Amino acid sequence: MPLGLGCTARPGKSREYKTGSWRVFRPEFIAEKCTKCGMCKIICPEGCIGENEEGLPVPDYDYCKGCGLCAEECPSEAIEMKKEEK
Amino acid sequence: MLEIMEGSHAVAQSVGLCRPEVIAAYPITPQTHIVEALAEMVADCTIDAEYITVESEFSALSACLGASAAGSRVYSATTSQGLALMFEVCFNCAGMRLPVVMSIVNRALGAPLSIWNDHQDSISLRDSGWMQLYAEDNQEAIDLHYIAYRAAEDHRVLLPSFVCFDGFILSHTYEPVDMLSQEQVDSYLPPFKPYHRLDAADPISFGLFASPDYYMEFRYAIDQAMNQARNVLPEAGRVFSEMFGRDYSGMVEEYRLDDADCAIVAMGSICGTAKDAIDEMRDAGKKVGLLKIRAFRPFPVKEVQKALAGVSTVAVLDKNISLGSKGAVALEIRDALYGSQIPVLDYIIALGGRDVRKKDIAAVVDGAEAGKGDIYYGLREEVLK
Amino acid sequence: MKEDEAACVLFDAGHRACGGCAAAMAARLILDAAGKDTIVVSSTGCMEVFSTPYPETAWNVPWIHSLFENNSAVASGVVESLKKQGRKEKVIAIGGDGATFDIGVLCLSGAFERGHDFTYICYDNEAYMNTGIQRSGATPYDASTTTSPAGKCSFGNSRPKKDLPAILAAHGAPYVATASIAYPPDLKKKVEKAVSTPGPCYIQIHAPCCTGWGFEGEKTIAIGKLAIETGLFVSYEMEEGKITKVKKVVRKPVEEYLKEQKRFRHLFKPKRNDAEIAKIQAIADRNAEKFGIDIKLKK
Ligand SMILES: Cc1ncc(C[n+]2csc(CCOP(=O)(O)OP(=O)(O)O)c2C)c(N)n1
Ligand code: SF4
Ligand code: SF4
Ligand code: SF4
Ligand SMILES: [Mg+2]
Repeated sequence: MPLGLGCTARPGKSREYKTGSWRVFRPEFIAEKCTKCGMCKIICPEGCIGENEEGLPVPDYDYCKGCGLCAEECPSEAIEMKKEEK
Repeated sequence: MLEIMEGSHAVAQSVGLCRPEVIAAYPITPQTHIVEALAEMVADCTIDAEYITVESEFSALSACLGASAAGSRVYSATTSQGLALMFEVCFNCAGMRLPVVMSIVNRALGAPLSIWNDHQDSISLRDSGWMQLYAEDNQEAIDLHYIAYRAAEDHRVLLPSFVCFDGFILSHTYEPVDMLSQEQVDSYLPPFKPYHRLDAADPISFGLFASPDYYMEFRYAIDQAMNQARNVLPEAGRVFSEMFGRDYSGMVEEYRLDDADCAIVAMGSICGTAKDAIDEMRDAGKKVGLLKIRAFRPFPVKEVQKALAGVSTVAVLDKNISLGSKGAVALEIRDALYGSQIPVLDYIIALGGRDVRKKDIAAVVDGAEAGKGDIYYGLREEVLK
Repeated sequence: MKEDEAACVLFDAGHRACGGCAAAMAARLILDAAGKDTIVVSSTGCMEVFSTPYPETAWNVPWIHSLFENNSAVASGVVESLKKQGRKEKVIAIGGDGATFDIGVLCLSGAFERGHDFTYICYDNEAYMNTGIQRSGATPYDASTTTSPAGKCSFGNSRPKKDLPAILAAHGAPYVATASIAYPPDLKKKVEKAVSTPGPCYIQIHAPCCTGWGFEGEKTIAIGKLAIETGLFVSYEMEEGKITKVKKVVRKPVEEYLKEQKRFRHLFKPKRNDAEIAKIQAIADRNAEKFGIDIKLKK
């Protein structure tokens, strides 16, 4: 890769760093409890919660740091933090 | 066509002809006449630029950095304390490879406070990654601005550049100058084509931080750009000579050096005095010549070696002092001549605006020939007692 | 994540912020609101460092960082360059509280006085986090930081938070607002308003920092809410110098906020310091009165 002249970089590169490896606890989303309110998606500091065809939230575990914020703020207690098994 | 003009006004006009799109500067003696003249030109729509009346020099150069990154040709001017306040931003412009051009109306640095001329301000920024060009007279001062823009914006270089000329001695002096026409400048200096710019259509991040894995390579790249400038600057000077007749094809200029025994080395307006003194010494049978350093950064090592190869003594006039060491020019010359046996004697001279006359130059040459150097020339011993 | 969604994420994943970082949340919310035609000028600090270790960048909009204290001056240059080129991108300068309240005040004041058309957003985590939690002019009264440590003869930071929004309003800024990451829709609305208001606008976003304040990352929003609910941080809008909107709350005692954070631990341990807690309560009371935040419950 040529050096980015003047300390520059193009977008996209940060995705190569997978922050999911930091995770100690893993958010598990319980579909039955979820009301699809969208709160978790809005607040995740990694912006790593997407949604599936049914509109249910799906975290991208490549980037999820397991901070627990989504579980803490979910109004329906539809997210549980489980110890990561490595 | 020759016109008699004040140096500052001549420089302001030539800068206007370079069509800067964003100007940001802060007034400081002896630079004020330049920024006032430019403000007037903007107010009268003689030039089409955004003029940012910043609250400090620090913001002046920061605004230039931002405007340059956004894709505009930019201009600033400062001196002394103002340049010192820009220190951090200077390193940033070079590191981010933004071809800012800035006039430095050379002035001493406090304390003690002094508004008068020496080269301490720009010399203190010698390691910042800016090219540094020094003018002997007002004609050269204005012409070097065209050359600086052309070389700085060349994609082989992409480095910022100082155009340095002596405060008051040049800036406030009326001299006849040949002002190019807009068509002439346009034909010499193409519109600014940024290498890359802040643009929502093609987003890019500027000014990332580098870990030890990358930092050295970035610094090396700046130094490589300086090496490129060793070719691009003379090339820009050569094209200028071909188009307009005045010769700036050398990063150094030799004056009666061919058969000289003693070579004076100097930068800036003092070269004019030195040339007159040399003519008189030559008339008296002394073989003296001058090597004028036009580009201090990048430093023209090869040109210096070639020019000084035949002399037996070198006397360097340094209008600066690296306290605790020597004058900056002498250090460079010694480095260039390393291994040659030619003695290089340093004279710290004219600090804080002390006048230098032809007889002072002659006295320096006498001292050099007697092997007496590495001194502050002209110290008032009675004040020190 | 769906392809098209990934493509419109303007602040990308893979950045190195601590888990639960409010500043990272803020970056994303700001860009969500401002949209892709935005140029961001960052100051040195946590957000800059965690988002751009060369050669990685989390910014999918044009972004520039120069120094700790010059983002408003750099932004001035960007704005004027765009004007000259006839370009329409919006310019947002983002700085931490250290960059904004302290070292960058000269550039900030100059840029606001000159009236450039840009938005300045301070993510306020109430200390210099990037260099290891030193106090700033935004650090609240009695917070223990590494340069205002609580000790035998100190209760932590001895000065209250500087009222920077008022200072910027006094510059004639058309729009000044405070917000909190705890209320994302409100935050986004304020950003939208700021970027669409001509002239220099300022938003200060309260951004709790788990690492610097001493709480678990999962509590970031809960802590942010408590700051608002106790009246220690007031969320409001000022237009043309006049307060036009304030978030009202049923106020809780400040203690509920303080006791959740290690930076205030010395007010409770080894023994409760009622006198100092009362002084902090008085700050909240003054805020409540000044801004009229109290919702009066009918008995
Ligand atoms: C001129 C200068 N002084 C000091 C520093 C060191 N420094 C870098 S970031 C920082 C603190 C940043 O604090 P803030 O703006 O609040 O951002 P935060 O890291 O808290 O997000 C300091 C002191 C610097 N980079 N430049
Ligand atoms: S916050 Fe909870 S209820 Fe709302 S979308 Fe997320 S998981 Fe579902
Ligand atoms: S645990 Fe944290 S990082 Fe992971 S999805 Fe939830 S909010 Fe995002
Ligand atoms: S120290 Fe605080 S502001 Fe910095 S990345 Fe961590 S949580 Fe965010
Ligand atoms: Mg901070």
